[in-house]
Amino acid sequence: MALGRKSTLKRVLTVDLPMMAILAFTLGPYLWMLLTSLTAEESLFTRGPTVFDLVWSNYERLFANVGFAKNMLDSFIIAAGTVVVGLTLSVTAAYSFSRFEFRFKKVLLLQFLLINMFPLVLLILPLFVLMRQLGLLDTHVALIVANSTIAIPFSVWMMTSYINGIPKSLDEAAMTDGCSRLQAMRKVILPLCAPGIIATGIYIFITAWNEYLYALTLGGQNVRPITVAVQTMIGEYQVQWGLLTAGGIVGALPATILFLIVQRRLVGGLTQGAVKG
Amino acid sequence: MTSIPVPEQTGSSPGRGTALWRQVMPLALLSPAVLVTLAIVFFPMVQTAWMSLHEYVLFRPKNFDWVGLQNYLNVFQDEVFWISLRHTVLWIAITVPAQALLGLATALLLNQQFPWRPIARALIIIPWALPSVVIALMWTWIYDSNYGILNDLLLRIGILETSIPWLANPDTALYAIILTLTWQGFPFFAVMILAGLQSIPRSYYEAASLDGASALRQFWHITLPGISGVLFTAILLRTIWVANSMDVIFVMTGGGPGYSTYTLPLYAFLEARTNLNFGYGSALAMTFTLLLLGIVILYLKRSAKAVQ
Repeated sequence: MALGRKSTLKRVLTVDLPMMAILAFTLGPYLWMLLTSLTAEESLFTRGPTVFDLVWSNYERLFANVGFAKNMLDSFIIAAGTVVVGLTLSVTAAYSFSRFEFRFKKVLLLQFLLINMFPLVLLILPLFVLMRQLGLLDTHVALIVANSTIAIPFSVWMMTSYINGIPKSLDEAAMTDGCSRLQAMRKVILPLCAPGIIATGIYIFITAWNEYLYALTLGGQNVRPITVAVQTMIGEYQVQWGLLTAGGIVGALPATILFLIVQRRLVGGLTQGAVKG
Repeated sequence: MTSIPVPEQTGSSPGRGTALWRQVMPLALLSPAVLVTLAIVFFPMVQTAWMSLHEYVLFRPKNFDWVGLQNYLNVFQDEVFWISLRHTVLWIAITVPAQALLGLATALLLNQQFPWRPIARALIIIPWALPSVVIALMWTWIYDSNYGILNDLLLRIGILETSIPWLANPDTALYAIILTLTWQGFPFFAVMILAGLQSIPRSYYEAASLDGASALRQFWHITLPGISGVLFTAILLRTIWVANSMDVIFVMTGGGPGYSTYTLPLYAFLEARTNLNFGYGSALAMTFTLLLLGIVILYLKRSAKAVQ
């Protein structure tokens, strides 16, 4: 018993306390932003943010004056469009990578990994010129295409790793029962990796929602995603930190919630390849 | 499913047709993804290379004059390029190790048994899910010279005597942003390393403690070799990612004050965005990419040797 208590104390000192310190560092800035956004603008510079006097006024002003609703709709259309493009193109490719042997397979698979590593600045300039020539600047399409440059390679990798986790014998069994290859893929494999597809889709959604530089370069007056709106606000409402932090919280909210929902599965998929490799 | 193009030399007998179909199907399934990436990734990349060989300023769209390697020669005589290069090196050399060490410590803690472990593991990843614009916004507020909490805390503890304008001071701006980026990126290391730690069999540790190995020796001889593969991959991915990331800098300081937070990708981006000089901007982007590629190849070669 005495031994048990001693080791609990030791655990608290060596594990719980350091962990709390790291968590404080991790969550502190976010909580500070949340607290600031709930403090009335007048008292922000006199007393500073406190937990005892929380108000919604900053959020009310945000939606009344800044017009965040339209920006969120833009972000939503772009992110959802990117998810559709990314998933439709990558699911069949991932099935192919997972189930067949063919020439250049390694090279092709590696190519998708490499794309993710190229500097964004290398793509952003030509994409701007291209969209300008096509007259697509300031449209949702331009931003969906731009975000797909990140989404497609990523989801090909994720989906390949998910499908690899489903035994090949299942396809074979379905084909013995009279399914063609494509039917086996559609009716057996896809339903089985639905959780993986959903996790990948949500990750693409978050990435596209959070994306900023493409949105800034290829967007404009008509299409202005939330990230650009937040950044513009920083310029316009320079010292109104209550309003600014409220914008930050709202802008980050959808991504944060979605992420907490899928983080388990997603982290599993992401780390699998690295651990095995 | 029948819309997949059938190649010209479709067999005369049905048997040959199916065999051919079997050969073509994997590629047919791949082709949409491959073709689209060719169109929206590789084609634009080639275009960047092409633009970098021309004099191309966007407000004079008629002029697209071939200048050969002149842009590249200019790059090496450009003082701002060397400043940005120095900052990029500092940026990578501090951020990545800081993220890795903090991530390692976090992963080791998360690998212990304690009651609220699942909550800690879920919360630690939050910075990773936030938009970089929001991250930049909240850290700008933290660093605010008049009302920021950092100055407030440091003044109260007594470390500072007067508040420092962290982002407006050329000596501190870069390091302030490096701290922000460390905060953003260390959860990635923590999660990757944790997965590595969990793949090390318990029996190794049991055997080692039977032999009387201390905790430190166990860490050195079992833990580190066990996670070396993950660590290798994570460092590679993060180096590339940190080198490329410029959105946080762009929002926090825009490269200023002066050139004190310019990194290479940011310089290339600003050159095109504010000066509309797409030719020179492309040359900067290409130079940066080649340098990064060199570092990646060097890293891969060194670590291949280390493994042998």
